[in-house]
Amino acid sequence: MKVEAKALKYGDNINTDIIIPGKYLVIMDEEELGRHAMEGIDPVFSGKSRDGIVLVVGDNFGSGSSREQAPIALKNANVKCIVAKSFARIFYRNAINLGLPVLECSDLWSEVIEGDILTVSLEDGLIENGRIRRTFKAQPLPPFILDIIQSGGLLNKLKQSLK
Amino acid sequence: MNIVEKILSKASGEKEVTPGQIVDAKIDYAMINEITGYLVAKYFKDVGAKKVWDKERVTIILDHTIPAPTAQAAEVHRIVRDFARDLDIPGFYDVGRGGVCHQVMVEKGYVKPGEVIVGADSHTVTYGALGAFSTGIGSTEMTSVFITGRLWFKVPKVIRIDVAGEFDRFVGAKDLFLRVAKEIGFSGATYMGLEFTGPTVKNMSVSSRLTLCNMAIEVGAKSGIVEPDEKTVEYVKSRTSDPFTPLNGDSDAEYDRTLNINVDGLPSQIACPGAVDNVKPVSELGDVELDQIYIGSCTNGRIEDLQAAADILRGRQVNPRTRLVVVPASQEIFIDAMNKGLIQTFAEAGAAIATASCGACYGGHLGVLAAGETCLSTTNRNFIGRMGDPKAKVYLGSPTVAAASALTGRITDPNTLR
Repeated sequence: MKVEAKALKYGDNINTDIIIPGKYLVIMDEEELGRHAMEGIDPVFSGKSRDGIVLVVGDNFGSGSSREQAPIALKNANVKCIVAKSFARIFYRNAINLGLPVLECSDLWSEVIEGDILTVSLEDGLIENGRIRRTFKAQPLPPFILDIIQSGGLLNKLKQSLK
Repeated sequence: MNIVEKILSKASGEKEVTPGQIVDAKIDYAMINEITGYLVAKYFKDVGAKKVWDKERVTIILDHTIPAPTAQAAEVHRIVRDFARDLDIPGFYDVGRGGVCHQVMVEKGYVKPGEVIVGADSHTVTYGALGAFSTGIGSTEMTSVFITGRLWFKVPKVIRIDVAGEFDRFVGAKDLFLRVAKEIGFSGATYMGLEFTGPTVKNMSVSSRLTLCNMAIEVGAKSGIVEPDEKTVEYVKSRTSDPFTPLNGDSDAEYDRTLNINVDGLPSQIACPGAVDNVKPVSELGDVELDQIYIGSCTNGRIEDLQAAADILRGRQVNPRTRLVVVPASQEIFIDAMNKGLIQTFAEAGAAIATASCGACYGGHLGVLAAGETCLSTTNRNFIGRMGDPKAKVYLGSPTVAAASALTGRITDPNTLR
């Protein structure tokens, strides 16, 4: 499973109140949630991400709330994959369960500028930055987590198991 | 094995578990609120599920948007209410019936030592105060738990926080946690457990232990826990007649590390805007004028907290430069506070009192902040934009500091009041 898209880059400690502020939690339209993604740090984020992006972020991405509206908003803003130096625990699980690929790689961040085309290979955790012709190694996902992402999320797996 | 390993080993049927191991655990209780629950209701239908694994082990508690502030929120309530009725869930708490989900879970006897509880809210870590392993999960996983009654966990490493010393007057669990947060850092315990132990914790009330464990997630932890003792057992027995088996760690249990803290002479602690580990003693803050003070939440909205605040406010007036919002954490606490005369004290002091709920904590209802405003809050999170406009500032502190600050309109050490 490969993802190829332009990079958008932000810093450390992007918490769930930044990804989707509390006042939007009663919005049930997922596309509308997507339009508010990352509003706390970049009010024009969803315009930049429209054509599909790899989100490159620093440490402790997604800290705070268990609100699944955070990864839902990012997914609907057309974020194809998130590469962080590290993730907060609940966000990490939520993203996987929604089928949004997440990789931890500490070396990539400083070697990316906005607009770089990144090619991410989920099976082996390799991330290629075409501009500088360098490949970075992320911690590969364990097979059962990769299986959830490749199924398009945990709900699809649940559906299969209930049949 | 430490207490977390003991509980996870029992729940997964593994004889012995070690940090890093992934276990498939049986869940004792699963809780949702309306914000995370409407997604569970939707997903549940999407996957074609018909019933929960055990309707006695599921709770549904409306708490964030209480009563509904907008038609959109009312629609969310309706979806969750219908879901609870369709599934015939006895543990459903509607507007005016419960309060903040975590307080309801504890006081209605759903939380028992030695058990595994998941909630679709990050502050589910609160229940560790009663010797349970409890953690927050998202709505998709919760849908799976509702159907299967099981969930996988990576056994966490545990940091042991050994606390000695006696709190000064006006100082307590909130100040201790903020001191710990300063030490560990806001992401310093990511994926890990925190076990609070030592004579000070042993002396703490159940209410104070709940405050302590509630904030474990604020340093990234998966769980906060206190080993159950006589106080725990007595409290739980007063709340449920269900049987339970408390579990404790072995004497040779292993920990990632131990952090020793002594609270002798510890002054009131304040987390400054933006991050929970941006902590200073109240005396070092200088002059911070406040537009709003909020007393409430799953962190500090219990009767012990309201009592401590009312004792400072009694017979006095909230400073005209500011405003005070008080929200009891549950309907039961609201009634108790009324019977004790605390609600009257708050009202006579000029406080706005709202129905048991999350109140102003999450920035969606009951005391939202405008751009440029500053608030001192007894809650657990002071992220940018948490309580309203991203240009508002939130300081976190204890109920006694909140009450003293309401009287002066600026952040105030209660010891300096005349």
